Parts: sequence; structure tokens; C-alpha cells
Amino acid sequence: MTTPARPRVSIVGASGYGGGEVLRLLLDHPAVEVAQITSRSKLGVNAASVHPNLRGRTRLQFTDPAALEPCDVLFLCLPHGEASKSIETYTALAPRIIDLSADFRLRDAALYREWYGEDHPAPAWLDRFVYGLPEFHRERLRGARLASGVGCNATAVNLALYPLAREGLIRRVVCDVKAGSSEAGNAHTPSSHHPERAGAVRSYAPTGHRHQAETVQELMNPSGAFEMDLSVTSVEMVRGVLCTAHVSPARGLTDKDLWSLFRSAYGAEPFVRLVKDRAGLYRYPEPKILAGTNYADVGFERDERTGRVVVISAIDNLMKGAAGSAVQCMNLMLGLEETLGLTFPGLHPI
Amino acid sequence: MSTALNTSCDCPECGGAVGLKNAPLRGEVVRCGDCSTELEITSTSPLTLSLAPQVQEDWGE
Repeated sequence: MTTPARPRVSIVGASGYGGGEVLRLLLDHPAVEVAQITSRSKLGVNAASVHPNLRGRTRLQFTDPAALEPCDVLFLCLPHGEASKSIETYTALAPRIIDLSADFRLRDAALYREWYGEDHPAPAWLDRFVYGLPEFHRERLRGARLASGVGCNATAVNLALYPLAREGLIRRVVCDVKAGSSEAGNAHTPSSHHPERAGAVRSYAPTGHRHQAETVQELMNPSGAFEMDLSVTSVEMVRGVLCTAHVSPARGLTDKDLWSLFRSAYGAEPFVRLVKDRAGLYRYPEPKILAGTNYADVGFERDERTGRVVVISAIDNLMKGAAGSAVQCMNLMLGLEETLGLTFPGLHPI
Repeated sequence: MSTALNTSCDCPECGGAVGLKNAPLRGEVVRCGDCSTELEITSTSPLTLSLAPQVQEDWGE
């Protein structure tokens, strides 16, 4: 499969937060052209009317998904369950698909049933997709035709634990994730009503969060299973995820061991930064300064009294946890420089 | 002016290699390129790095 000189890219479901973020990234991308954006609920509406940050940057209007034309890459940014219903239609339109939903993140239909409580509607497609986290699957993504999205909370957990998990160094871990409100998407609900949501520190999923399935899949194979618990709390933040992972290691680890493990895993990664300073305001990862960026910041501290290792990771849920990783996947799939269109360093102060 | 690095020493914090200029001076403060920790050259023979003293913030502890 050859890559055209300037690939044409379309976005299905571009009126949501994830689709809007993909559109923002692609409008500034130097090597691709946005062909069509679709939305059933916003037919004929200007993109900038829904995503006001794009005012003056594009004249694209939302079209009907039925009017989609063939293109080189198709981003699917649809609610859960929609992509899997029509995957054969979409693959007939484009040789490369990147699906941001949870529909094709898991390789195992039984794992899907365990965590989503229903049978997968298109199980034959599951093993055709590559899990869309370049830090874990870079070589498989190069030239791939089908990539899944990533769960935002799962990404924060996966990137926090990977350096230890791949060496079999986790005996047990409890992950405490704090999440911003944009994780819930742009459809309002009673729980997102301002008087109910403002100021909330709400235990959203103390147990059983679906993203845990992705951490099981990505961290426990092939290096072995370990005990893991995940709790997610909604906090007063629009963008951002902070994961604080309390690790009981399989053996004693020194600070230098930890530095060596994390440096070995992420020293060459363009979008993962090790953040562990002895002084200053931002000594550990913090989502605030990552808003709008594709960076994942990861740090750690060892409890000298108990040997517990606290690993901290932060991302922007709409970027590294969704659209940013998806565009990074696109770059790899098209054989482009991996960082194209993704190097915005964020804002400070913000 | 040349700033060529001609020797290195392990960072006592993270174990990374800290490059040092010609003729490092005792008491000189350098920074580890990996973990950003400020380090003080506490001996030049043998070359020894220690964590530089920091002004500590009050984090409500």
C-alpha cells in the first residue's frame, strides 16, 4: 500500500470533543488534508460554530455520514458501539481506519464481555486492529491499516506502570485516577449539570471501570499477571488525568533502580517525559500544564519506610488519551515523522 | 570558548552520567541532564558529586 503525496483524511463524528480535537490537530498538520467532517446532529453547520477555537481556521461544514467519499485515512470518533456496527462500510471507504472509541481496543472477545457486559457485535474484527498506543506498539503501527483508540484513564495507568510491569516487578498495585469532566463527552446529563458538577470530587468508579480491561490486556501480557485495582474520581478540571499508582514491588528497588527502569522505557520516547524534581512547583507530573499537548509526564517516589513505589502520571485526556495518540498513530501508519502536528508544548501559566 | 566535556561522573540521585567541563572546581554546582538535580562537586580528587543543598518549600507539612 503506497502513501499518497498529500493524504486526504476525513473525520466521522467530528462534532464531539474527541473529533473536534482530531480536527484541530489535522488542520495544522503539514502533511495531510482534511477532506470531510461528518455529524448527524450538526448537518450543514460550520465546524467553527461547534468548535469555536477553530473560528477563522476552516470553512468545513459537517456532512451526513452517508455522503462520505473515499479517502486515505478515516478517523471514527463515534459513541461507544457505533463504529463496530458499521465497520465494513468504513473499511470500504478508506484503506486506513483509526477508531477512537472503545469498540476495537481489546483483542479478546471474552475480555470485552467481562468488562462491557455484552458480546462484541463484530468479534472477527478485534484481532485486526492494533492497540493505538505508539509507545507500546510502534512497530506494528508502522504501515498498519487499522488502529484502535486508547482509553484516557487506561493510558495514564499504562504509561505509569509499563516500566515496572514489563520487568515483572509489580506484585500488587492500586491506581487512584483523578479525571476531568471532558472525559464524559459533550452530551450533557444530570450529573454534568453545572450546579451538580461544579466543585465536585466525585467517586465516579471506585471499582469496575471499563478502562481496566485495557490495562489488563496491555500490561499483563506477556510479562505476567499481578494484582491491580483501579478507582476513578471526577474532579474540578475540564481536561486532564492524574494517575497515582501505589505499587508493592515484587522485590526491593532503589531510587537508582527506578531511574534506570523508567529511563530505559522512556528515554527515547518523543512524548513521554520523566518528571521528578527535588525542588520547584512542578516537582511531579501535573495535568494542568499538559492541556492541549500530546505529552505524558511520568514520575515516581519510593517510600523509604515501606518500599512502596508511588508512580505518578499525567496526560490531557483529549490528547495523549485520545486525539493526540490517534494522530501519532496516523503518522506511523502513513510512514510520516511520528511527531508531525503534535509538538505544541502547552501553556504556562494556564 | 570551548565547553567541551572531558570527564563524567555518576549522578548520586538517578545514576545518570553527568558531563563535566575541564578542571572542575570544588564547590561548583552542576545540574544532572537526566533528573535535573542540582549537584555540588564536593571533591575533585577523586571526583565526587553530592546533592546540592536546596531551599525547601513549605508544602503544608
